[in-house]
Amino acid sequence: MSSSQYEKWLGISGRLLVILILIFVLLPTVVVTLSSFSSTSVLFFPPKGWSLRWFERAVSYNDFKQGFYSGLIVTAWASTLAVVIGTTLAIAITRYEFRCKRMLEAVLLSPLFIPHFTIGLGLLMLVAQLDLGRGYPLVIFCHIVLVLPFVLRSLFVSLHNLELRLEHAAASLGASPLRVVWTVTIPLMIPGLFGGWLFAVILSFNEFTASMFVTTQATQTLPVAMYNYVREFADPTLAAISVIYIAVTATLLILANRFLGLGRVLNVEASR
Amino acid sequence: MTQRPAFVPWFVLPSVLTALGLMVAMLTVLQYSIRAHIPGSLDVGGYTLDNFQDLHKSIYINAFVTTAWLSIKTAFFGLLLSYPLAYALVRTRSGWMKSTILIIAITPLFLGEVVRTYSWIIVLGNSGFINSALLAIGLIDKPLQLMFTQTGVVLALVHVTMPIMVLMLATGLSHIDPAYRRAATSLGAGPIRAFLTITLPLSLPGIVASLTTAFAWTFSAFATPQLIGGGKVSTVATLVYQLGFSSLNFPFAAALSIVGLMLTVLLLATFKWMTHSLQRVGAH
Repeated sequence: MSSSQYEKWLGISGRLLVILILIFVLLPTVVVTLSSFSSTSVLFFPPKGWSLRWFERAVSYNDFKQGFYSGLIVTAWASTLAVVIGTTLAIAITRYEFRCKRMLEAVLLSPLFIPHFTIGLGLLMLVAQLDLGRGYPLVIFCHIVLVLPFVLRSLFVSLHNLELRLEHAAASLGASPLRVVWTVTIPLMIPGLFGGWLFAVILSFNEFTASMFVTTQATQTLPVAMYNYVREFADPTLAAISVIYIAVTATLLILANRFLGLGRVLNVEASR
Repeated sequence: MTQRPAFVPWFVLPSVLTALGLMVAMLTVLQYSIRAHIPGSLDVGGYTLDNFQDLHKSIYINAFVTTAWLSIKTAFFGLLLSYPLAYALVRTRSGWMKSTILIIAITPLFLGEVVRTYSWIIVLGNSGFINSALLAIGLIDKPLQLMFTQTGVVLALVHVTMPIMVLMLATGLSHIDPAYRRAATSLGAGPIRAFLTITLPLSLPGIVASLTTAFAWTFSAFATPQLIGGGKVSTVATLVYQLGFSSLNFPFAAALSIVGLMLTVLLLATFKWMTHSLQRVGAH
């Protein structure tokens, strides 16, 4: 086999492999979409008839509605606060020296390997011992801790790629350090800030394991409500809500990709 | 890094408070693990080491072995499936192909553990997709048991961890200077050789990061082993939950978590040590 033929063969088998893996990734989505339109409450393949009744039930089911609102509250607070905490820390860490810097960074990155159930359990026992209530602040704090490592990672990358000369120029023209941060550093970090915030929103809105421990009936987020539903019922209502989730998400992602360049936001493309 | 401006402490303060909250919570787990359980009460008794002694029972040992085994299998198969996707994502020249891979590979990240686990229940169930398809084409004559097995749990866990692995691998791959590979090719290396000697070793940090994350995510996964394992596959996470919320035995749940955390740290340290020696071998 000549070398160009060999390379052609390699290219084709590589493509085939990628397509097979993509099919594996898509399979559950396709199957869940088909079952959401099933007319029977017991699932068969292919479904015996078609209907929209599970979609009606999904959007009118009270626990889902409430879970959606609780999730929005928790996600909005947690992701925004995590970006504020993450930005100030990332700037302080990359630009200045202070005591216990490495330790602070290590503690805040540790939720990457501490199991979520351990963090949830710890916070739950802490509020129980201090006799604090299990309200939104607990859930929001829990989510901040869990998403902060991802936010920090994204911010470190964008600070690392930032042109330091621009900050020096501003400083040499007489801007105070705080003014440099506010008028030069932060505006230049905007793509990284947005990427970090997007990551935080995704992870927080979907967080399940720790939320299971720290939420109550009043503060349960959508994933917790959905888990409780699967435990009680076997009908395709969950398939319907999954399809809504998938459709909204894919639309948002396609829009984000078109207008922002998802590859750049998620930092999988080399910056040029 | 000249003089420290006055605003720096204010920039650090919110993070310090967050870190303190997390540390106090972890210390609470440690403290609960050495307290006695008062049956039927949420309050805890005096200090004791009994909780750790009870961990010798085979049900808990088995849970640890199952969890470690599931995590290793998930990380391994996840890497096997994620690497080609990440590679194609970074290397493809067609913008359309790039967007397609990105959207398909990343969308599941937004769906969360519960939605994806539920989808796998429909795929793996006795009247689910795989069994119906295999029965229809006559490959099998009675449904395969895929639900409530470790295989089913691993399959779903690989799917759950893949998006984040693809992202981390792609980040690593995208920062490799293509000049290295071009240099190897111009010196006569074939595509496979160039990949094995240049791209693969240079993507090792991304591989380690993605394996570590996959491992940690699997260790902490609760919905997947609980729903697909259906009580037949018990992991540290499912036991901690049962102990906490069914038996209200928080001290014992805390002890189990502490040992689980130590196991994670140990396995991650082993990972790190292995890749460190790998990199040293590569350097020679």
